[in-house]
Amino acid sequence: MSETLPRDAAAAAIRDPEFEDDVLVRVENLVKHFPIKAGGLISRTVGHVQAVDGVSLTIGRGQTIGLVGETGCGKSTLARCIAGLLPVTSGRVTFEGKNITNLSRRAMRPYRREIQMIFQDPYGSLNPRRRVGAIIGDPFTIHRTATGSERKRAVQELMERVGLNPEHYNRFPAEFSGGQRQRIGVARALALRPKLIICDEPVSALDVSIQAQVLNLLSDLQDDFGLSYLFIAHDLSVVKHVSDAVMVMYLGRTAEQGPGDQVYATPRHPYTVALLSAAPAADPDSAAARQRIILTGDVPSPINPPSGCRFHPRCPKAQELCTQQEPALESKAGDPQDHRTACHFPVEAGENLATAGGRSPR
Amino acid sequence: MTLLEVKDLAVSFPTADGVVKAVRGVSFSVDAGRTLGIVGESGSGKTVLTQTLLGLTPGGDISGQAIFDGANLLTMTEDQMRNIRGAQIAVIFQDPLTSLHPLYKVGWQIEEMIRAHDRKVSRKQATERAIDLLNKVGIPQASQRVNDYPHQFSGGMRQRAMIAMALSLSPKMIIADEPTTALDATVQAQILDLLLRMQHEFDTALIMITHDLGVVADIADEVMVMYAGRAAEKAGKHDIFYEPHHPYTKGLLESIPNSSAATERLKPISGQPPSLIRLPSGCAFHPRCTYVMDRCLDEEPQLVAVGSAGAHRSACFLPVSAIGLGGDTEELRKKAVSEERHAAAAEVAGKIAAAPESEGSVIG
Repeated sequence: MSETLPRDAAAAAIRDPEFEDDVLVRVENLVKHFPIKAGGLISRTVGHVQAVDGVSLTIGRGQTIGLVGETGCGKSTLARCIAGLLPVTSGRVTFEGKNITNLSRRAMRPYRREIQMIFQDPYGSLNPRRRVGAIIGDPFTIHRTATGSERKRAVQELMERVGLNPEHYNRFPAEFSGGQRQRIGVARALALRPKLIICDEPVSALDVSIQAQVLNLLSDLQDDFGLSYLFIAHDLSVVKHVSDAVMVMYLGRTAEQGPGDQVYATPRHPYTVALLSAAPAADPDSAAARQRIILTGDVPSPINPPSGCRFHPRCPKAQELCTQQEPALESKAGDPQDHRTACHFPVEAGENLATAGGRSPR
Repeated sequence: MTLLEVKDLAVSFPTADGVVKAVRGVSFSVDAGRTLGIVGESGSGKTVLTQTLLGLTPGGDISGQAIFDGANLLTMTEDQMRNIRGAQIAVIFQDPLTSLHPLYKVGWQIEEMIRAHDRKVSRKQATERAIDLLNKVGIPQASQRVNDYPHQFSGGMRQRAMIAMALSLSPKMIIADEPTTALDATVQAQILDLLLRMQHEFDTALIMITHDLGVVADIADEVMVMYAGRAAEKAGKHDIFYEPHHPYTKGLLESIPNSSAATERLKPISGQPPSLIRLPSGCAFHPRCTYVMDRCLDEEPQLVAVGSAGAHRSACFLPVSAIGLGGDTEELRKKAVSEERHAAAAEVAGKIAAAPESEGSVIG
């Protein structure tokens, strides 16, 4: 276990003067474009998928940030950029005040220990031919922190901590149910005592009763180990339950961000309003009373995003200005400083979007 | 008007490991123009149940009756079934990508459906109908998109195409098996809205299979909650959500993170769903039930009328008046449990309480 950083990491580790102690990760203006190649052998770039296009975000120590958005809005790409799994096109990611953007594999290594991931599919993310003990023990082997009987003991402690029977050390993933497999994923992520765990749709594949078990486990672990979570999900009620702050993404940009209760109680971006109204609540009376805004069409292509505000082709409030000028992400009148919305015509309290623009659903 | 009446349907599959009892005696009925929501976890038998109705479970041992429009679906020959499937009862599956053939144009696949059931329709007429249907389900520029391949459609559009296909022969009943599970929230809202509008327009009966209680709250009229191949509880939508009787229904409702209690701890159901080969004795839910009583261990509860209205039925030994999520009802349940739980059940309850997931929620 070496505590000294490799040379190039040390160079990158110049402390950011503006860094505050309670901030774990700061993402500034992050851009990730994927080139589209064409032309066979001698390929040339014909365009870019603008997966993430200028997103900023801070994750505090012990905090949970919820990341919400539809398929293709760039939330998983953003998470992978933060974890250092993808090179960043431009922008900056700092971890505990140290710039970790585009570090070399070697330089990134100490940070890999601090940032771990839990994946969506507990079936696809575990090698079916390896025993559970080996899967959970991998991080120890890779980072050479424990070997032999010491490793086995550490793994069994982890298994017990996440609610698995330590005697099942030698079983294969196929012998576990979906919820138990997700616990294996959690144990593996926890092995090196990271500071940040990125949860990419961790409960989407689970049944509701099991989903609650896993969510409770995650919150216990957060209390015990002071973890921070970046929690990606498309289920808005789950995100609301776990998150301190929420960020809503649309087509690679931030539509709205702020404290969880703020964004859910007084959403200002029409997209957030539509998203919230579309989420089915397990409550027939509120479902019947709710004004549901049915957005027309699909999310446009991130290769050729719409001009101005990227949401304008589907927005019930869109006006001329929205097609020309990109709205800035800023705090709107009456909102606290940390509740920011990127919209020219933010939704006012009590405003009925279902009738705005004459797009009545039924 | 009752369109489909299923009586005591049971389906089991012999496998090398033993007999899988997927459905164990389920009865329900669906009226024209109404929506029945079937809710349950993975492996509760909800999909097998509906696929059996359409003769899509070869190799299964099937017993019981399913009277659709006067004829028993379970005794039909394959030829007779072909005339029902698609034309009278249409299915929308969960995954719209794998249920469309990737090598045929979307329009062609809808036309095939129309022409397979009515040979007199010409290709041209069929194409016109396909365009018309795609228009109806909200595909923009349907006359051009009809010539697209499935990969050129987005997930939501593919599901719309599936719905267009399901509607193409104006069926009397649509079985939707998790139709929105793979879709985003805004697209899900579009699809549910579309299904409801189509139902109103054509007076179609709809069976909605889902594990999402939110979807059920939105569109179902009646709800059947399934657990380990049986109906745990059946009732109108309001009774299920506000006056649940069965501890499993109650557990499902309480394990959803709901808006009002964002900071509270979730109350999961402890344990895992049982194996359908080696089912627990008595009530299949007893190894996970916080209200387990002695008789639950060896006696299987039958569906009985609970509450005040006759349509609300539940398969649980708790007092019939113990409905709802309130404190008074909880007292009633606790009282029943304290009288009926002795050594045997106390041991089970102890195990549930000791399980890491139970959060110490066992009473007694």
